[in-house]
Amino acid sequence: MNYLVIGNSAAAVGAVEGIRSVDAEGKITLLAAEPDHTYSRPLISYLLAGKVGPERLDYRPADFYEKFKVEAKLGQEVVAVDTAAHTVATKAGEKFSYDRLLIATGGRPFVPEIAGLAGARGAFTFTALDDARRIDQYLKESAVKEAVVLGGGMIGLKAAEALLARGLQVTVVELADRLLSTSFDRAASELLEAALERRHAAVCLGGTVEKVIANNGAVSAVSLTGGRELACQLLVVAIGVVPNVEFLKSSGLKLGRGLVVDDHLRTSAPDVYAAGDVVEGWDFLAETKRPLPILPLACRQGRIAGCNMAGRDESYLGGMPMNAIEICDLPTISVGLANASGEPYEVLAVRNPERRTYRKVVLRENKIVGLILIGDIDRAGIFTGLIENKVDVGPIKHLLLAEEFGLLSLDSEYRKHMVSGPGIEV
Amino acid sequence: MKRIYAREDLCLGCRLCEIHCLVAHSKSRRIISAMTREKGQITPRCKVEESGQVTFALQCRHCEHARCLEACMTGAITRDPATGVVLHNADKCVGCWMCLMSCPVGAIQRGREGHVASKCDLCQGEAAPVCVANCPNEALLFEDREERKK
Amino acid sequence: MRKWLVEPDFILTRDPDRCINCQVCVRQCANDVHVHDEEADLVQSDSEKCVGCHRCAALCPTQAISIEKASLEFRPNGNWTADRIRAVYKQAEGGGILLSGMGNDQTLPVLWDHMVLNASQVTNPSIDPLREPMELVTYLGRKPDRLELNRDANGKVSLATELAPQLRLETPIMFSAMSYGSISYNASFSLARAAQAAGTFANTGEGGLHKDFRPYAKNLIVQVASGRFGVDPDYLNVAAAVEIKIGQGAKPGIGGHLPAEKVDAQVSATRMIPERTDALSPAPHHDIYSIEDLRQLIYGIKEATQYTKPVCVKISAVHNVAAIASGAVRAGADIVAIDGFRGGTGAAPTVIRDNVGIPIELALAAVDARLRDEGIRHQASIVAAGSFRSSADVIKAIALGADAVYIGTAALVAMGCHLCQKCYTGKCNWGIATQDPMLTKRLNADVATRRLSNLLRGWSLEIKEMLGGMGINAIESLRGNREHLRGIALSDRDLNILGIKAAGE
Repeated sequence: MNYLVIGNSAAAVGAVEGIRSVDAEGKITLLAAEPDHTYSRPLISYLLAGKVGPERLDYRPADFYEKFKVEAKLGQEVVAVDTAAHTVATKAGEKFSYDRLLIATGGRPFVPEIAGLAGARGAFTFTALDDARRIDQYLKESAVKEAVVLGGGMIGLKAAEALLARGLQVTVVELADRLLSTSFDRAASELLEAALERRHAAVCLGGTVEKVIANNGAVSAVSLTGGRELACQLLVVAIGVVPNVEFLKSSGLKLGRGLVVDDHLRTSAPDVYAAGDVVEGWDFLAETKRPLPILPLACRQGRIAGCNMAGRDESYLGGMPMNAIEICDLPTISVGLANASGEPYEVLAVRNPERRTYRKVVLRENKIVGLILIGDIDRAGIFTGLIENKVDVGPIKHLLLAEEFGLLSLDSEYRKHMVSGPGIEV
Repeated sequence: MKRIYAREDLCLGCRLCEIHCLVAHSKSRRIISAMTREKGQITPRCKVEESGQVTFALQCRHCEHARCLEACMTGAITRDPATGVVLHNADKCVGCWMCLMSCPVGAIQRGREGHVASKCDLCQGEAAPVCVANCPNEALLFEDREERKK
Repeated sequence: MRKWLVEPDFILTRDPDRCINCQVCVRQCANDVHVHDEEADLVQSDSEKCVGCHRCAALCPTQAISIEKASLEFRPNGNWTADRIRAVYKQAEGGGILLSGMGNDQTLPVLWDHMVLNASQVTNPSIDPLREPMELVTYLGRKPDRLELNRDANGKVSLATELAPQLRLETPIMFSAMSYGSISYNASFSLARAAQAAGTFANTGEGGLHKDFRPYAKNLIVQVASGRFGVDPDYLNVAAAVEIKIGQGAKPGIGGHLPAEKVDAQVSATRMIPERTDALSPAPHHDIYSIEDLRQLIYGIKEATQYTKPVCVKISAVHNVAAIASGAVRAGADIVAIDGFRGGTGAAPTVIRDNVGIPIELALAAVDARLRDEGIRHQASIVAAGSFRSSADVIKAIALGADAVYIGTAALVAMGCHLCQKCYTGKCNWGIATQDPMLTKRLNADVATRRLSNLLRGWSLEIKEMLGGMGINAIESLRGNREHLRGIALSDRDLNILGIKAAGE
């Protein structure tokens, strides 16, 4: 069997591991646009902050390709896929054939049209190792004192934190009325804003950058909604990512908001699978297909796709949004429909301003569908499990936000099931 | 694989498992030093839950499809291919808490050893995990139930 | 009790260099001796409440706790000892009967320790039990007066005599009567399982038979006592044998009392009495006022069980024990159990425990001799009870005339009992003599079963070694063979009653 994997992050690595768990011998070729050994994408903010060195970026050990018998062709960007001929073409003009193909090209940063942005030096996106390297270089070369981060999502906040660590005066600009707007509510955002402000970062909500002002081609200020001008020598645009499917436009593969896959992670063409941020996966809480660009799902999808490519029959049961992020020493976790309100949702929440904690659970028909934990995040996974397993928590509602909440708060049958170990019951 | 199983009908809630776990993962590996000089710097990987008459000790289940493993963004969590044990490498961990969020039994904690996660390693190198070896009532069992079932 | 009259039995010290403040002791002590002072973040201990059960010290991971006898001495007085003075304080305060658990703890001479065993030298060579078979199998029950044989045409011989039902013991040690209620479910369960594993018997006591223990009934002797708890035809028929309890060594002449708080749903169902009511066993059986009445009950039980099971009569060792035992045998008992004055109990008035009854050594010798003299020794087996502390005690008892022994205290100790004598409080920290669910789960039945089995195995091996040393290869050959015993530092009268020679004779 001749496997071809496009991509080199969590989904691609998961796929390699999945294939090898079934097929020890088949040939695996991996094509990646970036020249680096598989690295942990989220760690680029830690690298920029100086918290980790380049040696700690590896997502898998240095001997990963060798150990999994993968022919890794790094720095080879795929520009076209011919599903009929079972081949892909690279920018360098090389062609690779496959028996099974996995597309795991991830996402690319979404950059909106902003006057003056194009071509301005000092403006960056922040999703790849090269971005971190370039920003680092720019910080070393130029006299940067002030930075604006456009976007108060995960990437924007981690970028802001890294820039704070580099000693810059940072302003986060977010269009919504709160940070992490897809998963946080106002109360959660307030705690996060306070954490940022304690580090002397500014947070600008309800507005966006309308215009980038350059001086000698380099960013010198931005103009915000309402006309306010902010001096800055560095601009990070972190509005979001979109599935990286540009190169598939001509392939005939069915595209929605991302690459469309079925429950076995097969695309519309035979022998072509996809996993990770590039796909439009099933969200079992929202009960719709949509891109859910988060690492755990990428890894899981990769593994399942890999197994299926190698001949096993495994279904992907869908995922839900979930994120753990710590900003300025404030740990936070959000899972599922954390922001849902009104009918048919029921919200339980406790705030402790003194301890700077906030715990919120969103229920739908007595089942947990959303969770926000700020400050006090211990045992968050139990909630995640309850959401995934669609456990009726009606009888224990009053215990959910109690300090001593744990497995013992749960129905004894579920508890025993969990204690034997999910999937390893005997 | 061999896993730790708790018998809540026999757990005394004495927490000796937590204490011995903490000692086994301390620098000194001596109980008095670990519990005094190193106090607050080590996290027991084993956690006793208690509610009324029911108590039991819980550690990482080393799940077959480990959620923490797929959620780990740095590659700090790995599975030993030979033993199946899910291991956590604190040197690679940056404390993002994705694993903590993903573990359905809540067996991963924020470690006191540094800004890193903390979880059971089944006491690699020991004949049996110390929590099991030191349980005064044999309320913790270390056995291969899948094998037994076969 | 007034504070100024409460004197601690023990002084508990905590080595501050070793205490790691882990609070295991706090969580383990049901008597609330140890308390964690949140503010000071220190564990503090109140010695006054300590019963000396060692639970905290045993579980302390750093051996930081030591427990010593309180050294608050009175002016030396051989007559008014500290215990007696304190007992008066207690009684003057409360006006009630003082209670104790376990057996007589007074320093009266233990005659087992004044008897020694023989061994072969040169003649009648000793036997190595590791190389040669050594038989400990013991049959309890009525033996025939004589054996009649049939010889068929081919000259083949078969037994014509019909044998009375027998209990077959792989080793001559049984677990004595301890009721479910006085001890925990796990403790009872462990005794039953260990008896089955070792091929011997456990006695249910007067607590009835818990439905969960029925699978082990083939290794259980059920008791019919004065309260008749749990007795119905099924109870009698499912067991291996039935024991009529007349008396108990720890408290001859008085009945029993299981306080209402120990009678939970399970105990209530097993004893067939209402939940949370006192379970009172009358002092006498109100239908037994004579040997003839006893005979009625024995034969009533034999009828109910179609003569398929041996019936045992258990009596306390009291002054006229030999005559009573003889009467019991003549009344139809297949086994007579004699419980000496060191026998244990869950609760007894201390004054009775410590002052009533006679030692098992003398009682056993007297009963065996009396039954032999009357020519009825074969009609019943003798089971001795009342504090067998080692295999040496057991083998000496067999040489004195016992067929087998009951062990109670030794079995409890094997399960973890530390003889703190507070069984009657229901707060047994070792999970044995309690029904408190937080405490009962401290006794892992698997562990306890294993430990009981180990004890029986160890003692049996030792008995074989001692038998081998005497040149005997079957326990039967030792039974009543008092030539193998000699007495040390005993009076002529004692030697005479024991029926043994003095060492050197």
